[in-house]
Amino acid sequence: MLDVRSLEKAYGSKQAVRGISFAVEKGTVLGFLGPNGAGKSTTMRMIAGVLEPDVGDVLIDGKSIVSDRRGAQAALGYLPEGAPLYNDMTPPEFLAFLASARQMPKGQRKDAIERTIADARISGVLGQRIGALSKGYRRRVGLAGAILHDPPVLVLDEPTDGLDPNQKRAVRALIARMAPTKAIIISTHTLTEVPAMCHRAVLVDRGRIIADDTPEGLARRSDDGTLESAFARLTDQVEEATL
Amino acid sequence: MISAIRQHMSGFTATYRRELNAYFATPMAYVFLAVFLLALGLFTWEAARFFDSGVADLQPFFAWHPWLYMIFLPALAMRLWADERAAGTDELLLSLPLGLPGLVLGKLCAAWTVAGTGLVLTLPMWISVNYLGNPDNAAIALTYFVSLLMAGAYLSIGAAVSALTGSQVTAFVISVVIAFVFTAAGWPLVLSTVQTLFGTGFADLIARFSFITQFESAQRGVLELRVVAYFLGFTATFAFLNCLWASRRRLG
Repeated sequence: MLDVRSLEKAYGSKQAVRGISFAVEKGTVLGFLGPNGAGKSTTMRMIAGVLEPDVGDVLIDGKSIVSDRRGAQAALGYLPEGAPLYNDMTPPEFLAFLASARQMPKGQRKDAIERTIADARISGVLGQRIGALSKGYRRRVGLAGAILHDPPVLVLDEPTDGLDPNQKRAVRALIARMAPTKAIIISTHTLTEVPAMCHRAVLVDRGRIIADDTPEGLARRSDDGTLESAFARLTDQVEEATL
Repeated sequence: MISAIRQHMSGFTATYRRELNAYFATPMAYVFLAVFLLALGLFTWEAARFFDSGVADLQPFFAWHPWLYMIFLPALAMRLWADERAAGTDELLLSLPLGLPGLVLGKLCAAWTVAGTGLVLTLPMWISVNYLGNPDNAAIALTYFVSLLMAGAYLSIGAAVSALTGSQVTAFVISVVIAFVFTAAGWPLVLSTVQTLFGTGFADLIARFSFITQFESAQRGVLELRVVAYFLGFTATFAFLNCLWASRRRLG
């Protein structure tokens, strides 16, 4: 469903991503983990076609992001880091804009928007401008935008970042509901939600994949069996953490 | 061929509607229209002595168009790309299966529509001169048309420059400077500077490409294809630069 092939990207002289490859099948939620600056967002931007890779390719539903960008992007739903949105629009206006931009057939737009509003649980804020919404609702509107066209592949950059526990649970539930029919990649800082949300965890550090395992398998690599210490150990942060 | 153009232009309608709504969803368009009309009226009546000329034409009114466009239209265009960058929504936009030319022209045409609305709202001036005398209506209609084309050229500068920066203020200032060079290129002050810097040949070239020179030939009431081609070509050039500068975002 999603095939990432030896991606590389440099910003000037700084090599942000140094050869990342992995594949995600339908029904899998992949947790994309790593310290800040490890290259997570850069990789996700390349998958979404926002950044051009220096080397490598991404196949989304069989279509190359390099040679058939629009074809690949049509099969992808993307939530950028921080869920940027148009503040001057209401959620239905925003979704209608996306439906039109994605050239959905006119007859299907209304149904798709209504289904998405129900799925993302945003029916209570339809009349408000996005700029006036709380962080939790903003994130859900962003998610609604990513799933509007029912894409087979979802890339969500920190979908639960900055949300309160209830909002996090709502977002996790939404992802769990969608999981069986899609290939989903989620980046997160909150390691405690990884076992609950992800079937597989890929750990990235300094632009490289350093572990690719189930969350349980990853946790077993530490002394005390927690994901936190496995994360710290694998990313060489042990000394800093104990200082 | 046609399907290729359609692919590149995909997103035009969605972008155009979104941007036009954004202008009118915020006070932006209303403030622009009110202040633009106020300034145009003030300059026409107070500075150009519209009534004292004793001639029923719109010459004193049109003469101010390039100067007001130079200040007001970069202000209208500065948000088009800089705002997307500041809010991070350009990332959302670039992740959509759209062609960049469609995005660029959709945004430009939305701003152009607001500027055109401003022009339409000056039509009472035209009616007034017809009430007062017998103006050359064909020449006035032509000048309105060329003024609209010229507005597109000014907006294309503002839109393209706005794709270079995440700051609307920076985009505005740089756009006004570029717009000033193209507006006043026929002026001795600008001309002599250009002459010193780049030589006489280039200065002559610049003088011929001055917006004011082109616009004045339209005011004489002769439809010169050269003038229409000039403003459309200018707009197309800056729209192309806009695509180029907006696509740099994909390179990181």
